[in-house]
Amino acid sequence: MASEAAVKLPIYMDNHATTRVDPRVLEAMLPYFSEIYGNAASRNHEFGWVAEQAVDKAREQVAKLIGATAKEIVLTSGATESNNLAIKGVAEMYREKGNHIITEVTEHKCVLDTCKRLEKHGYRITYLPVRTDGLIDLDQLKDAMTDETILVSIMAANNEIGILQPIREIGKLCHEKGVLFHTDAVQAAGKVPFNVIEDNVDLASVSAHKIYGPKGVGALYVRRRNPRVQLVAQMDGGGHERGMRSGTLNVPGIVGLGAACEVAQLDMGEESKRLFALRESLREQITSQLDEVYINGSMEHRLPGSINISFAYVEGESLLMGINDIAVSSGSACTSATLEPSYVLKALGAGDELAHSSIRFGLGRFNTQAEVDYVATKIVEVVRRLRELSPLYEMHKEGIDLSKVKWAAEPVNH
Amino acid sequence: MAYSDKVLDHYTNPRNVGTMDKNAGEVGTGLVGAPECGDVMKLQIRVNPETKIIEDAKFKTFGCGSAIASSSLATEWVKGKTVEEALAIKNTDIVKELSLPPVKIHCSVLAEDAIRAAISDWKKKQA
Repeated sequence: MASEAAVKLPIYMDNHATTRVDPRVLEAMLPYFSEIYGNAASRNHEFGWVAEQAVDKAREQVAKLIGATAKEIVLTSGATESNNLAIKGVAEMYREKGNHIITEVTEHKCVLDTCKRLEKHGYRITYLPVRTDGLIDLDQLKDAMTDETILVSIMAANNEIGILQPIREIGKLCHEKGVLFHTDAVQAAGKVPFNVIEDNVDLASVSAHKIYGPKGVGALYVRRRNPRVQLVAQMDGGGHERGMRSGTLNVPGIVGLGAACEVAQLDMGEESKRLFALRESLREQITSQLDEVYINGSMEHRLPGSINISFAYVEGESLLMGINDIAVSSGSACTSATLEPSYVLKALGAGDELAHSSIRFGLGRFNTQAEVDYVATKIVEVVRRLRELSPLYEMHKEGIDLSKVKWAAEPVNH
Repeated sequence: MAYSDKVLDHYTNPRNVGTMDKNAGEVGTGLVGAPECGDVMKLQIRVNPETKIIEDAKFKTFGCGSAIASSSLATEWVKGKTVEEALAIKNTDIVKELSLPPVKIHCSVLAEDAIRAAISDWKKKQA
């Protein structure tokens, strides 16, 4: 049995989904819920000026983290809005130039569904496949570009498997062809070095709650020079954010976003080393004690605190049930709203059965070695128990090739 | 997702886990589902040749907690029943007993299929 003495349960290890607000971030935000409550757009009194100063400072903090200037930061309600604004805004603005957009099959739904909507309005979308390591093939990207291509949208780090796309090379390719490059940098910015100039990025989406800031606030970086990117606003109103995003600014949230960016930048070096060590410890403990476990996606190009593991012959939801004092996610159909196994894992070509058996571990700022030890011990224990229950593991042990078995049931809608 | 106490009980203490000799004349084996669907159940019965009573049942299941609970319950229910009585077990009975939510009804369907497949395999051996 795993030792429970050293850790406080339940353990949160789902930091790709969201993170706890850092105490330093919370402290920065608190005055803006009470004493400092002005509308940042109120130009004619002190209350507004103070709020605007706070917003300006936060804008600087965001810009600094990603190598941008404050004027290039459009504040939004989060990454879903940033991604929508970037893709729809560019599509509408550059319609005369072309109607072709390139993205990839493993993007977040807010990118994929935005592209699907644009398809209904006459745009042509190329969804690039990924290799078994989760990365796109640069030659395929090059081949997909045409004179009609106006935008490439490829995420910096994947939320399910934690792999890092070669965004610098993608951006370079885009700039050579005169195509704009948008990246959903939600999982990358603040965790690994990300610089819009060095990485050749024209538009980048970031979110506060993935980097120990509050939910409901994010930003879109919109390049102002070489090239100057223009957008058609998707929200009409008072013309806030230089006309690109109307709506009264969420001042406490924005202060939190700024503080979260500053803390992330300050701590990134130490933190990424620590998270890498924790993740490797988790991986080592699991893979040394269990057979038939598979890491999903590249080990080389990967966020430090992230790992997605398939435990063959064990179904993900039943595994989650056995580790109910640990918060992680699964790519199993049973745990998804759509009742489909993870489309990201399916895109890696590993087969649906490994998607059903996958667990995503997202280590974060507040996880400890004792928690990692507890999680590893518990996982090993539960996987062993469920394999005792698994007819597939038994068949595998008997030397039966499961891919050659003719399964009795028609695949049910599940 | 919240599980009913009965699902949790079967998941934590599954009944009749194991494997019988599938080549034995009195044993019937049902293997239903498919790995890519996320559910595979193996249910086995041992039938008394004289009385046609199912004297023992074993299962192994790859699947979610509700699938494990449905097959565990199925083994409990078939034991002591005649083959004909066991065929009368309906998936809706399992849904009711385990308070399965609508998204988990297919687990009960699979358990019913597993019972039928095991009995059909046993019947083939008797022919």
